[in-house]
Amino acid sequence: MKRSAEFGLAAVLAVLCAVFAIFAPHFFSADNLLNVSLQASITAIIAAGMTFVILTAGIDLSVGSVVALSGIVATATLKLGLPVAVGLPLAVAAAVAFGALSGGIAGVLVARFSVAPFIVTLALMTVWRGVAFVVTEGRPVWDLPQAFGALGGARLLGIPFPTLVMAAVYVTAHVALAKTRFGRHVFAVGGNPEAARLAGIRTGRVVASVYVLCGTLAAGSGVLLASRMNSGQPNAGLMYELDVIAAVVVGGTSLSGGRGSIVGTFLGAMLIAVLRNGLNLLDVNSYVQQVVVGVVILLAVLLDPVRRK
Amino acid sequence: MTPPPLLELRAIVKRYGEVVAVNGAEFTLAAGEVHALVGENGAGKSTLMKILAGAIDRDGGSVLFDGVEVELGSPGDSIARGVGMIPQALHLVPGMTVAENIVLGAEPKLSGTPFLDRAASARIAADALSQLGETMDLAAPVSSLSVARRQIVEIARAISRKVRILALDEPTAALSPHEIAGLFRLIRRLKAEGVGIIYISHRLDEILQIADRVTVLRDGAVVASVPAAALDRAAMIRLMVGRELDDETRRATAQAKDELLKLENVSGGRLRGIDLMLRRGEVLGLAGLVGAGRTELARVIFGADPRSGGRIFLEGREVDPRSPRDAIDLGIGLLTEDRDRLGLVPLMNVRENITLAGLRRLCRGPFVLNKLESAAARGHAERLRIKAPSVEAAVSDLSGGNRQKVVLARWLETRSRVLIFDEPTAGVDVGARDEIHALVRGLAAGGTGVIVVSSDLDELLAICDRIVVMCEGRIAGELGRAEATREAIMTLAAA
Repeated sequence: MKRSAEFGLAAVLAVLCAVFAIFAPHFFSADNLLNVSLQASITAIIAAGMTFVILTAGIDLSVGSVVALSGIVATATLKLGLPVAVGLPLAVAAAVAFGALSGGIAGVLVARFSVAPFIVTLALMTVWRGVAFVVTEGRPVWDLPQAFGALGGARLLGIPFPTLVMAAVYVTAHVALAKTRFGRHVFAVGGNPEAARLAGIRTGRVVASVYVLCGTLAAGSGVLLASRMNSGQPNAGLMYELDVIAAVVVGGTSLSGGRGSIVGTFLGAMLIAVLRNGLNLLDVNSYVQQVVVGVVILLAVLLDPVRRK
Repeated sequence: MTPPPLLELRAIVKRYGEVVAVNGAEFTLAAGEVHALVGENGAGKSTLMKILAGAIDRDGGSVLFDGVEVELGSPGDSIARGVGMIPQALHLVPGMTVAENIVLGAEPKLSGTPFLDRAASARIAADALSQLGETMDLAAPVSSLSVARRQIVEIARAISRKVRILALDEPTAALSPHEIAGLFRLIRRLKAEGVGIIYISHRLDEILQIADRVTVLRDGAVVASVPAAALDRAAMIRLMVGRELDDETRRATAQAKDELLKLENVSGGRLRGIDLMLRRGEVLGLAGLVGAGRTELARVIFGADPRSGGRIFLEGREVDPRSPRDAIDLGIGLLTEDRDRLGLVPLMNVRENITLAGLRRLCRGPFVLNKLESAAARGHAERLRIKAPSVEAAVSDLSGGNRQKVVLARWLETRSRVLIFDEPTAGVDVGARDEIHALVRGLAAGGTGVIVVSSDLDELLAICDRIVVMCEGRIAGELGRAEATREAIMTLAAA
């Protein structure tokens, strides 16, 4: 059953690619496809983490703000003036540590104090965005060492570095969710938390872990985005949470928890990215694009028989 | 000329994929009749009722009301024709009041406006309850009521919609003997008013008390439909199972072995000063009325609820289980009551549900070993005769008894030293009940210490070496095998 939903999504993606290939000959060039993967990578990396959160029947609205603030943490660290060989790893580590901390705060509030995830992460979203503007006084952090741009801009064997990061994240996330005890526990906690607890699963720990995971990946994405913009922007990642949630939901993960997959999320993220790219190539204006993407999200959910009931 | 029956189901067929759930079943119900529907889990009772409720489509056969063929396309059609369903898991909104629940879905409005008419709601609710000879606080939230009172609210809702056919699915599963007597009075009252009642239960003694006619289903077909007076317990079991069962009261002789689990002066919740001892290879029964604290005690031992005082010893060593995880690591397992709410993860398949508590043993590092896990799940499914297309089948597609076996298998997989079974055969048919009893005895014979919590005294008398009776959070007394009788237990329980 689960498999067939993913096949359905893959088929829709294939049809979409075929249509674009016919009407926009440039679509199927290696350059363009790599470009699609690069454009998709930032939100897709976060969507992998969001899948875990949503599987536990949670939500993380703070990811967009974490993207911005982690980018600022990274760029501000670089401005300390340490030698690049020390400064760059330190900058990445500091940003990722901030993401993990943010996720940890959300996780503890949700798991330990039973505050609704929506409210906890809505508050964090506002707080981090505010902090990002306060510490930068609303101005971007720029004039950075050249090496920093390599994170988002470098290519290995022609493949953009963010695309490679995305691939590594998805393979790891898929294995963690589908093949490990932790993954099984995530499904159990989302499917029936009390039964999971009575089966000996430390449900609080599982819930806290998924927020830490999601925050960490959001911070990693934030660093990549800052690198691509070669600056730390306080308004980076605005509304990313909605793009990320859209990818997860289109990918077949149930907002009520307990059902979904990493493969589905990947296909969902790609579907949205291909759609945006194809419409660009066809010169569809960006306002119309928004309408089309919204309609596709609705169609994807309506066409999935499992989700409709 | 006799009037046509209230309800007639003719040659009903229902398939799920390749599985034929109902195969040409016939059923008639006359006004003022209590007609019991019995059969093992998976015999097709629930499917037949879902068809009557308009919840699922049939693949063949016809449904007649008052001799006229009708289509039941939706639950709304069925309700409009006067069918009321009282499911095992009641469909009430706990946070709403008694009156709001009774009129739910048919709320009266102030005429000509969209606003609710509270006075009319209260009137309708009070009317329905008084027809049942009941009174209750209409403004009380349903969550504050006992299960028995909630059931009355659910029946009152059906009454308020001019019910002509009332189907009750395992209505006594969660009731005390006193409450069951109340329910039976209520059923007789409805019957006298000409309501046709379909009564589904695994409790054969109750069926013999209340039913006028009994229809026995086996493998989706009717094997008998006879007056209840023509049957006895043994005959019913024979018809349901198609074979003779072993005498239920076969007891294995357990020799007193060394002490496994000991509780000293344990308290927590409403538990007060509990002293308890369980030996290796022993089946210890916990008896008592609903609310006596049996489930609470089981949960405290398992670390699911906090213990406020006292000490617990396992094999002579003091232990302190503070969570189910701690208890499982110590080798203590708890099969909870209410398998659907507290036991199963409905979106997971049979395999995943079986291995949920004992997964660590089936892993290398963080990774689940798929072959080992599948083999373990299949082994349990075969041994417990779980009826499912495969261990990859969705657990929510299984019948009640088979779902119970899945949760049982989960605890077998943990290989616990102490296993606590809370109402292990609630809502389970006689065949599966017999198998579960044999399993409990087998576990004890293998050295496991088993505690069985049950409201079914016959069950306790059949399988326990010793029975401890609880009353109002305390141990009221202990009965050895020779002294344990229904009367002795009830005397202690009601103190």
